[in-house]
Amino acid sequence: MLKLSNIYKTFNQGTIDEKVLFSDFNLTIEDGEFVGVIGSNGSGKTTMLNIISGDMPVDSGSVMLGNEELNHVKNYKRSRKIGRVFQDPSMGTCPSMTIWENMSIADNKGRTYGLSFGLNRQRKDFYCSQLELLGMGLENRLNTPAGSLSGGQRQALALIMATMIRPELLLLDEHTAALDPKSSDTVMMLTERIIREKNITTLMVTHNLRHAVEHGTRTIMMHEGSAIMDVSGKEKENMTINDYLKVFNEISIECGN
Amino acid sequence: MSDILSIGIGIFEQGFIYGIMAMGVYITYTILDFPDLSVDGTFPLGIAVCFVMLNNGLNPWLALLAAFAAGCIAGTFTGLLNVKLKIKNLLCGILTMTALYSVNYSIVGKASDFLSMDVTTIFSQTSFIFGGVLAPYAKLIVILVIALVAKFALDWYLRTKSGFLLRSVGDNEGLVITLAQNPGTIKIIGLAIANGLVSLAGAVYCQYGRAFNVGSGTGTVVMGLAAVIIGTTVFKKVKFLRITTGVLCGMVVYKACISIALALGLRSQDTNLMITVLFIITLMLNEFVFKKKKAGVKKDA
Repeated sequence: MLKLSNIYKTFNQGTIDEKVLFSDFNLTIEDGEFVGVIGSNGSGKTTMLNIISGDMPVDSGSVMLGNEELNHVKNYKRSRKIGRVFQDPSMGTCPSMTIWENMSIADNKGRTYGLSFGLNRQRKDFYCSQLELLGMGLENRLNTPAGSLSGGQRQALALIMATMIRPELLLLDEHTAALDPKSSDTVMMLTERIIREKNITTLMVTHNLRHAVEHGTRTIMMHEGSAIMDVSGKEKENMTINDYLKVFNEISIECGN
Repeated sequence: MSDILSIGIGIFEQGFIYGIMAMGVYITYTILDFPDLSVDGTFPLGIAVCFVMLNNGLNPWLALLAAFAAGCIAGTFTGLLNVKLKIKNLLCGILTMTALYSVNYSIVGKASDFLSMDVTTIFSQTSFIFGGVLAPYAKLIVILVIALVAKFALDWYLRTKSGFLLRSVGDNEGLVITLAQNPGTIKIIGLAIANGLVSLAGAVYCQYGRAFNVGSGTGTVVMGLAAVIIGTTVFKKVKFLRITTGVLCGMVVYKACISIALALGLRSQDTNLMITVLFIITLMLNEFVFKKKKAGVKKDA
């Protein structure tokens, strides 16, 4: 269970550009939930992910994952329990290393990176089987550097790598936004399948309303640092894209865009 | 004829000694993406440590190891400045280099000195093995063996799990964080190994040249970078060669260029200018080749 309680976050405090983003923000995500987060720019979606991952400190409030208080845990230590895929496809893989090397390094997460051989030869067949499921032909290109793959291929690889060792929580930060519509759908299908198979609690920030509505068990709409809409279960099933759009347009008009 | 031969041997000897140093520069410049100027201080550090140990009659092979360790410590210092104090990487190297000037001076106790002829070195210890035809190559063979040991050790390390992390931290620090590893620690390890190699090269050079000069580090990093760039651009095209081999060969090519220039009448005081010009030319070539490669990747994506 992920629990954000009484989060306060102000940017540029004490300057003319001061912006209060979160003021007593609360969010609880139960184990096994797949939450899609939508909202306009500056609504606090990405900031929320950065606060959870430890890349951004909070002014006050607490971040709990399971029974562990994360506030004073450094970002790389939080990664033991948290997996993350970024918007930029180049951020989830190592461009100069081959697909095989990338998968081996991800497969070792949680263990020590010592002086034993880096390339995992025993698991080669397993890696191939994982890549085969993508239908991108990557299983025949194990020795290709990840840097020469296309954005969609890299993002698919990044997703496999981030979930190779099952994380307690998966953060997806607009991970399909930089892809063309077709790759974007492919990666989204892959996301859905991996999350179902491994039963990973997931928080997905997206600008793609359809992805948030069609996938996931719960949808949250953020606006100016608060969740103005939070639907799940039956209620979510009965909502259509148009219902979301209506709310979204209302808040947009309020802001004058 | 024998003159040309001895010049040729000299080029290879110096090429492989400085080649060990260039492999250190390869770790920082290419793998870690950290322009580390500590090298100008850690090369003479290796000379100084080795010089004092030899003068005190200690085992010359032990002196190589001690120099390597001293280089590791200096590299760790550079890394700590960068990682813990958040000082810019270029400045960290400059600080270490500046500090080492004093350190090197105090290790030896004077600005320059020579080893007396009765001091045992790795070369005097091994010369009895190589008789007859091999005699002129005695030093070269010893140097080559040390350079190859360093090369294969580095190759091996870069293929371990720890080596994988080192390669990824310069490539994509964010990925290392998602793997729950501290990128700062890995950077420090990389800088330690790199400067250890540089210092080891200094120690071999000390036994080869039998002299210490506190200012002998000037220009080391530029020389190393030139070899790395020659090695990673020219020799990358040769598929079966590892980059570390390319870097070693790059240094030999570099030393050959300097020797030819000197033979053609370049005054030795002009070599640093010549080094810089050569460096800029290789950098320009590199930029050209690199840009082409980058454009290719973009098209692919």
